[in-house]
Amino acid sequence: MNREEQERAPIYEALQRFRRQRVVPFDVPGHKRGRGNPELVQLLGEKCVGIDVNSMKPLDNLCHPVSVIRDAEQLAADAFHAENAFLMVGGTTSAVQSMILSVCKRGDKIILPRNVHKSAINALVLCGAIPVYVNPETNPMLGISLGMEVEVLKKTIQENPDAKAVLVNNPTYYGICSDIRSIVKIAHEHGMMVLADEAHGTHLYFGKNLPVSAMDAGADMAAVSMHKSGGSLTQSSILLCNKGVNADYVRQIINLTQTTSASYLLLSSLDISRRNLALRGEESFAKVAAMSEYVRGEVNKIGGYYAYGRDLINGTSIFDYDVTKMSVYTLGIGLAGIEVYDLLRDEYDIQIEFGDISNILAYISIGDRAQDVERLVNALADIARLYKRDKTGLLSMEYINPQVAASPQDAFYSQKRSVPVREAAGCISGEFVMCYPPGIPILAPGERITPEIVEYIEYAKVKGCSMQGTEDPAVDNLMVLV
Amino acid sequence: MELPGNMMEMWYSEYYTDNVKLDLRIVKQLFSGVSDCQRIDICQSVEFGKFMALDGEILFSEKDEFIYDEMVTHVPMAVNPDIKKVLIIGGGDGGVATELIKYEGIEQIDVVEPDEMLVEVCQEHFPELSSGLEDPRVNIYYQDGLRFLRNKVGEYDLIINDATDPFGHTEGLFTKEFYGSCYTALTEDGIMVYQHGSPFYEEDRIECMKMHRKACRAFPVSRVYQAHIPTCSSGYWLFGFASRKYHPLEDLKARDWKKKKIKTKYYTTNLHKGSFMLPKYVEDMLEEEEERNGR
Repeated sequence: MNREEQERAPIYEALQRFRRQRVVPFDVPGHKRGRGNPELVQLLGEKCVGIDVNSMKPLDNLCHPVSVIRDAEQLAADAFHAENAFLMVGGTTSAVQSMILSVCKRGDKIILPRNVHKSAINALVLCGAIPVYVNPETNPMLGISLGMEVEVLKKTIQENPDAKAVLVNNPTYYGICSDIRSIVKIAHEHGMMVLADEAHGTHLYFGKNLPVSAMDAGADMAAVSMHKSGGSLTQSSILLCNKGVNADYVRQIINLTQTTSASYLLLSSLDISRRNLALRGEESFAKVAAMSEYVRGEVNKIGGYYAYGRDLINGTSIFDYDVTKMSVYTLGIGLAGIEVYDLLRDEYDIQIEFGDISNILAYISIGDRAQDVERLVNALADIARLYKRDKTGLLSMEYINPQVAASPQDAFYSQKRSVPVREAAGCISGEFVMCYPPGIPILAPGERITPEIVEYIEYAKVKGCSMQGTEDPAVDNLMVLV
Repeated sequence: MELPGNMMEMWYSEYYTDNVKLDLRIVKQLFSGVSDCQRIDICQSVEFGKFMALDGEILFSEKDEFIYDEMVTHVPMAVNPDIKKVLIIGGGDGGVATELIKYEGIEQIDVVEPDEMLVEVCQEHFPELSSGLEDPRVNIYYQDGLRFLRNKVGEYDLIINDATDPFGHTEGLFTKEFYGSCYTALTEDGIMVYQHGSPFYEEDRIECMKMHRKACRAFPVSRVYQAHIPTCSSGYWLFGFASRKYHPLEDLKARDWKKKKIKTKYYTTNLHKGSFMLPKYVEDMLEEEEERNGR
């Protein structure tokens, strides 16, 4: 990485120049630097609406970048040790989908763990590729799916030598990393591409003593959520390509679905955040890691909770652990993760990232202050004191091995009928069901519904998980194949 | 301190709300610095003597500091004269400790102050006020209050929360988890006294209500009392008295307290009783919160 070059922020600088020129706008957006919408200015501020501008020669165009956006993308590629980088404005969802659409066509097989984000399976609905799931091991106590095991992947590849690509989470939402270097080696030996969902891994490129990043491990493409640990605005993201990937084709794929009116608020936030990470990321993430480790230690002193970390590492399904993550197992105090999540918000004015059946995840980042972290720990201690109860009757999530009965695309576009969830066992699902967050599908289109899945959906609803994906907003009914 | 010649037009302004402010004519600024926690300023004013401001809000002035320091110490001390072990959270200026060391029965005073710079500059500019910190019974811990409290169980007879700002770096000392931690750290007959803010302006009033909600959920007894403090928002300030056992009026031991012959400028046992008699609008506000909690 060329450090001197990284001090530049071409999109940000172009916007500064543009502002000084005081150009009279007879183009979109129609609010014309906010003058046509004073209430919006009051909400966002003049500076913000002033750079909400259209693509034009001095500011380049994201669909076909030739100047400042191209420069910013090259700087991003350099910062992330990639051959090419694309600034994305449709969230990491669009980055994940562009990755998959770039390597899979209708009928192609893609090997992936079942605990992927819904955006990956959505991509299969769009392109008609067939998922081959590598069953992730589950930690029976925590109830979370772990990483992709090399031995299991080898077997899957032997059974599916025609698969086009392998997709891997690096890390999972909970911070668990697979042996991505070995995965890349095996996949490449069999002529398969490796795609990495790094929605929770931006910092791996900049911090020291963290798990290896996908580009450094030799993966072919990676979707990086800059707006999560990277500090850019919500909805902004980066797609990375390594050597040997046809970047011009990838650009065409991105342009199939990406807006032609990319927001300069998002683009400049990516540009500035990339600069910040390149120049100061190492130091910032050392602080984040230290803060997370501190919270982990303090939470484990409370009693009842289990804040897990590198102690989970087992060399296979948990090859490495991202210490910046702060996940806590809560069933030890007799409360489901989602219940602790709700208590923290309703009783303590603390909003955390998510709560699932057995765990909560507090997102610690470059924006946290020591005093806020103390509040979190004390609130967890107070919850343990006031709300602790017997843990009998609490369900712990078991990994439910999915039976793929139809491709996600065929299932999604098939003729369907609506049945009550309770009566759906045995049917083939025509839609998704997931708790959001974390957004990992419980059920994807084309999968056979089992009694365990029905029980899990009902239980998650009772516990207060926010359920999504179904046509029925209340998730009382499921669309199944006729 | 009078300076000769023409007085410069130099004023310190503090906003009570977006539309109301207090202006003090100042003679000069004596200190300005930024610590890890906050910006600290000390100015010499004409009317209020020296005063200290944290992030642009007056913490105390020489002229009215006694009211505050007396009200958070003598009220609990007159209810339970046997208090031996006290914790002051955020008492870096030393004013509360200086008041407390007047009681011979007190054996230990722990002061938890995250801001080391605040203690240093107070010792330099307000030596008399912070002299209490020198007493052998006083221990200072430079730590976050919440963190200090976390593992304390049944240790203190009295906890005084000296933090005043629910929006600054002391935000954590106005939370439900804080009241919960204090409850745990107190002995069975422990008392907690805390800043309750001012009930007058709307934004302050909302914070005031929230505080009462948290305190009355955490403690079986929680009452509110008042004082007139000119440099506080609207000049009208409330304190909270929360306890696991004692009622501030029913358990007041006025005769015992008077026997100690403690010298005060503001507090008397008569004023003690009066300070719990609140204006109707404040009573209504507190009752609304209590009803919400089914009390």
